[in-house]
Amino acid sequence: MASQTQVSGAEPARASWINDPKFRGIFFQLVVAAAIIAFVWWIVGNTTENLRRANIASGFGFLNGRSGFDLSQSLIAYSSNSTFGRALVVGLLNTMLVAVTGIITATIVGFIVGIGRLSKNWLIARICTVYVEVFRNIPPLLVIFFWYLGVLSVLPGPRDSVDLPLGSYLNNRGLFLPRVIWDQAAWVIPVSIAAAIIAIVAIGIWARRRQAATGRIFPMFRVGLAIFIGLPVITYFLAGSPATVELPELSTFNIRGGWTIRPEFLSLYLALSFYTASFIAEIVRAGVLGVSKGQSEAAYSLGLSPRRTLRLVVVPQALRIIIPPLTSQYLNLTKNSSLAIAVGYADLVAIGQTTMNQTGQAIEVVAIWMVVYLGLSLLTSGFMNWYNAKMALVER
Amino acid sequence: MQEHDLSYVRMEMINAQTAPERDRGVVRWLRTNLFATPIDTVLTLLAILLLAYTLPNFLRWAFVDSVWTGANREVCATVSQGGIQPDGWSGACWAFVNAKFAQFMYGRYPVFERWRVDYTAIAFVVLLVPLLIPRIPFKAINAALFFLVFPIAAYFLLVGGHFGLRYVPTSLWGGLLVTMVLSFVAIVISLPMGILLALGRRSKLPVIKMISVIIIETVRGVPLVSVLFMASVMLPLFLPAGMTFDRFLRALVGLSIFASAYMAEVVRGGLQAIPKGQYEGASSLGLGYWQSMRLIVLPQALKLVIPGIVNTFIGLFKDTSLVYIIGMFDLLGIVRQNFADASWASPQTPMSGLIFAGFVFWMFCFGMSRYSIFMERRLDTGHKK
Repeated sequence: MASQTQVSGAEPARASWINDPKFRGIFFQLVVAAAIIAFVWWIVGNTTENLRRANIASGFGFLNGRSGFDLSQSLIAYSSNSTFGRALVVGLLNTMLVAVTGIITATIVGFIVGIGRLSKNWLIARICTVYVEVFRNIPPLLVIFFWYLGVLSVLPGPRDSVDLPLGSYLNNRGLFLPRVIWDQAAWVIPVSIAAAIIAIVAIGIWARRRQAATGRIFPMFRVGLAIFIGLPVITYFLAGSPATVELPELSTFNIRGGWTIRPEFLSLYLALSFYTASFIAEIVRAGVLGVSKGQSEAAYSLGLSPRRTLRLVVVPQALRIIIPPLTSQYLNLTKNSSLAIAVGYADLVAIGQTTMNQTGQAIEVVAIWMVVYLGLSLLTSGFMNWYNAKMALVER
Repeated sequence: MQEHDLSYVRMEMINAQTAPERDRGVVRWLRTNLFATPIDTVLTLLAILLLAYTLPNFLRWAFVDSVWTGANREVCATVSQGGIQPDGWSGACWAFVNAKFAQFMYGRYPVFERWRVDYTAIAFVVLLVPLLIPRIPFKAINAALFFLVFPIAAYFLLVGGHFGLRYVPTSLWGGLLVTMVLSFVAIVISLPMGILLALGRRSKLPVIKMISVIIIETVRGVPLVSVLFMASVMLPLFLPAGMTFDRFLRALVGLSIFASAYMAEVVRGGLQAIPKGQYEGASSLGLGYWQSMRLIVLPQALKLVIPGIVNTFIGLFKDTSLVYIIGMFDLLGIVRQNFADASWASPQTPMSGLIFAGFVFWMFCFGMSRYSIFMERRLDTGHKK
């Protein structure tokens, strides 16, 4: 390798065009592009041939056909006479229902456990560590089966239901809760909530201006909470309690009335929340540890109280570390909700698979899945990128 | 020297005093760690109540009242359920796990051929353990044996059909065997594929970059379940008529693509963390693209992202359980399938089987994460801030 080279005064010899990086780059890209195009061409050719032989018409016309299957849970009106398209919409709504409720619960549990792991209380920290290490290291599908087969389906039948407080029952058909039935006059409640939010925003603006002008701090959180809870409650009683509660009624073989949460949803929801919470807990812990100690010490030496230090100095900086990985956990939870198919919860993937089996339109169904999940991913990451940019450190 | 006019100078040190009674030993530990503030006291008491309520019950269920051996469901069912246990009894049915243990490990692999699985497992452990212990020499030979020779030998040993071994179709495989094969192959494929995709994503060549981005983002955007469905339903559509391949292989393709996309993002994180000077230094030494990547950039980048890589491995190991959904029986799948066995169906069976499967998964994943922490500390050269 290390041979002696003569350095002559003549101009350097031009490198061969084979070694020219520009030429090489173009050449390799052409080769790769040609290979990919040939591969796709081959696949498309095979697919059309296979579809022709199986007599499957491609296209999305099948969405208007009668589905012919029933669904155990749906948020909108649906029967077996509805179309495949409507069935898929039901599935999408069910996916979003379990994703949103799961995300809320997982965030709450995850923050509590993550903070708990940092607690100076030895016992609390240990319990939280055990929780995280257990749930992080077992498959989510196993957790779903645990709730579905291990806990919920071995509960007693309706006749020997487990009594819960507030007239609720738990048995192998699900969780039966009292249902609130709103009267005609109930429209005032959402109006009062909206009014409360407007009032809070207005007071917030006023408080900030006053603090900027005079330096006096307004107890915004407490006042805001009081308005947010107080106003709707007062309105409720002023409007003459426009709601009645329907308790679930126990009969021999089933439970009538009330509001039912089916075991399929319950197991999926519990499993996804507890599983994702363990990851969120680790993210929260890393975020809080990531704020250097000097920050809170500096805040104390400026005379801020511990609570204001936490709220004004530590949490904003910790959030900056927490938000990006938190986003990907939310997306993971949404994608993991497709495990619903293992317990028969009618989510998008489960209904898509039934549709696929009945119509044979595999490509179209997979395309729908991809569009929906990619859309959800892009929406979430777009929102989070915006939020992240807003929170990011502005360096000058 | 200056004269000091001090009225009092201590000439000998006073003896060290013992710490105050309450600042030592158990009491002090309790006061600082459990009962420091009123809120702490309340939390501690709540936690103790929680533990006192759950832990003894669980231990009694799992160890005291549990059934360890038995021929069929009767040992795990109460009298009213048609069994021999007194009514109101509740205990783990380890007898079920005991009776089905071979199935949980091998699936329906023929009984007389199971020594082949055992030998594969022994070879796996014998090759893996020295690879993991840093002090043992001959790493290069060891790695070559583990990543090149072992998979080929394992293929011939497990599948058979050559050298006088009976052919065992993959439809008979199951249990931990499937979990291990799927995750090992997917891990071995996903690391180089992920590195290639990550380099492609950071490439200056627009076509290569675009293709890498499309593959990575599409695969990462959809759930694994739909990737597996795609692999099991659409692969046959994509191939010419008459050319089919095994369901096991299809699952493997799906898992590998999925893991590669995630690995690519992890590796990209490492590549981005390498300062530009390293790339420029490599170029100014006259190294070509592949040389500079292989010798300068990747060793540093991969070292930075070891935790991420191992997390991807752990995720992959857990995700192999999803092949149950496309009709294959890995460890979790075969446990789940055995709940349907009428001769073992009892209210205690599902919980016992799932806790066993969970424990096995947990051991592997926990082991991997501990090893990654150990490796991270060992490789830490102090260059991280």
